Amino acid sequence: MLHYTLRRLLAMIPTLLVISALVFAIIQAPPGDYLESYIAELQAAGETVDEEKIAFLRHEYGLDLPLHEQYWVWLSGMLQGDFGYSFEHNLPVSEIIGDRLLLTVALSIATILFTWAVAFPIGIYSATHQYSWGDYGLTLLGFIGLATPNFLLALVMLYFANVWFGISIGGLVDPALIDAPWSWEKIRSVLAHLWIPVIVIGTAGTAAMIRRLRANLLDELQKQYVITARAKGLPPGKLMRKYPLRMAMNFFVADIGNLLPQVISGAEIVAVVLSLPTTGPMLLGALQSQDMYLAGAFLMFLALLTVLGVLVSDLLLAALDPRIRLGGGAGR
Amino acid sequence: MSARIPGRGEHVVSTAPFDPATVEALTPEQERYYLASQWRLMWWKLRRHKLAVFSGALLALMYLIVVFAEFFAPYELQTRNTDYIYTPPQALHLFHEGEFIGPFVYGLDYRLDMEILKREYPENRGQIHRLRFFCGGDPYRMWGLWEMDLHLVCPALTDDGRKAPMFLLGTDRLGRDLLSRIIYGARISLTIGLVGIAISFFFGILFGGLAGFYGGWVDAGVQRMIEIIRSFPELPLWMALSAILPINWSPLWVFFGITVILAMLDWTGLARAVRSKLLALREEDYCSAAQLMGAGPGRVIVRHLLPGFASHLIASASLSIPTMILGETALSFLGLGLRPPVTSWGVLLNEAQNINVVALYPWLMLPVVPVIVVILAFNFFGDGLRDAADPYK
Repeated sequence: MLHYTLRRLLAMIPTLLVISALVFAIIQAPPGDYLESYIAELQAAGETVDEEKIAFLRHEYGLDLPLHEQYWVWLSGMLQGDFGYSFEHNLPVSEIIGDRLLLTVALSIATILFTWAVAFPIGIYSATHQYSWGDYGLTLLGFIGLATPNFLLALVMLYFANVWFGISIGGLVDPALIDAPWSWEKIRSVLAHLWIPVIVIGTAGTAAMIRRLRANLLDELQKQYVITARAKGLPPGKLMRKYPLRMAMNFFVADIGNLLPQVISGAEIVAVVLSLPTTGPMLLGALQSQDMYLAGAFLMFLALLTVLGVLVSDLLLAALDPRIRLGGGAGR
Repeated sequence: MSARIPGRGEHVVSTAPFDPATVEALTPEQERYYLASQWRLMWWKLRRHKLAVFSGALLALMYLIVVFAEFFAPYELQTRNTDYIYTPPQALHLFHEGEFIGPFVYGLDYRLDMEILKREYPENRGQIHRLRFFCGGDPYRMWGLWEMDLHLVCPALTDDGRKAPMFLLGTDRLGRDLLSRIIYGARISLTIGLVGIAISFFFGILFGGLAGFYGGWVDAGVQRMIEIIRSFPELPLWMALSAILPINWSPLWVFFGITVILAMLDWTGLARAVRSKLLALREEDYCSAAQLMGAGPGRVIVRHLLPGFASHLIASASLSIPTMILGETALSFLGLGLRPPVTSWGVLLNEAQNINVVALYPWLMLPVVPVIVVILAFNFFGDGLRDAADPYK
């Protein structure tokens, strides 16, 4: 197991390096840089532009260096916890993003737990009652969840949550508590607000997971060991618990790799609609105003979150399934 | 099969000359089945999948509407009816006071609710505006080529020659008919999926083909690349990439830019399918035969291997069109995708972005209905195609 973990960790390094290069290329790609749009803004406002100051700023931020050196500075800075400087907010990036990253992680984990909690029983029901009305109805519901753009769902939920439950519109905490230090009351308020984005983001992933779980379980239920066990008189409930469900568990853990990018994508757009204090709205703003280091830090973080999630799911899977941790090195 | 049980002492082996044709005679039905081409088999199998056939027909109808959008839309894309701003959808009636009249709408009165400053349009039961069919309405340039004014339905004309209101799905903040805008928006939203899938098909076959055919380090490299692209959450990357598009590009260029961006992340699934199929197929005898006869890799892949799993590819492609349509909608909704005057469903939904719309003008969210219908239809149709793609199973 230790050997497998180490190998998996080492394999992450080149992946992250390539991702960082990609991210850097993307944030560098728009023509011009923040200072140029800043100058244009000043000129539009009729103010004089101090050439020397601009040159100084450019030098200070390393914007006059060749690209590969800029990349190197950015990368080595990140390894030391320095994510660069946000031009728009006039603050180091690391000071802005802390809370937002935490909330994004919390939101993603809550969404995945929700997805599991909903998809697991429904998937089992659909597979054991194949072609029944319940199966058809739930499948249709799942499909509709898959097809509805979740930003619109967010908007509608937002409205009805306010009309029916009196929950304040937008945000993750009650407006009165935004600046308050963390306390039980604030945590309760977060939980009361969290369920809307969790449900909205979860719908699409839940539908997909139900379909995959159903297909997997159906395959498993056809296998001979299940028939044998049934022939020997094992009651259906125990049979399910003892054999096919355990196989399906493996798949369930492995599916985080599929689920997580989807959850994070959904979280971004839903966060913009609900104006959640997560990465979404700020990333959108940073991309629009070419605040490159802020955008870069967010993109890098989201990629890291995905890669780590996949790593965790791989490790869990290896712990569950000896075939993977023992056979992994020998080639397939 | 007409076995005669031989009696004692009789010769066991039949002396009649053996004619294999009599034994393996096929009924005409079997013969038809065995001789059918792969595509014909697929069609037979798809036909049994009722939901898929229905979805396919629905999609065909939608694309027909897309092609003749100008004719099907009752108004022009930008026609403004300044007297009817934020009109709610009008009900279509057939009977007036128990008497059959044919499809018509009642006239509208106008009143401003002074308390919340909301425009209200109560129905005026006294006015009956019968719809006209195949009629002259707003003039337009058909496909930008020639002038026409023929529409499928037009609003009735009142006695003084003015157009009566007919807004079956309501109007927006400029008094533009939502139904017409949805029909025009379909043109962009539905083609973006097709153009995108064409691009991602190209990349998928190129990279998947290279990986599957050459194997070794090429395969390893492509596999890593796919893994990295897939490990990135789609939407933030789309957002970042579309932020790169210069603002001063013309709408047409932005359209292609967005399509390419959507396709750039989408080819990975196809490439994997191509690769795994190629890995299995390249060991087949007919492939070695082609190579021995001097065919180059390009020819072997395109001429000999691709036809073997083209049907499978088309099926998986039709399953990834919905992702692109949703992607465009999401990007345009965020204001990073297409921008007015280009009209797509995402652009229309962008106008429904704020909470007032949900509370006061909920019909502005109607463009989401065709989005859902199209995505469901593509999913069902793709599922059916995928099942049918392997007719020998």
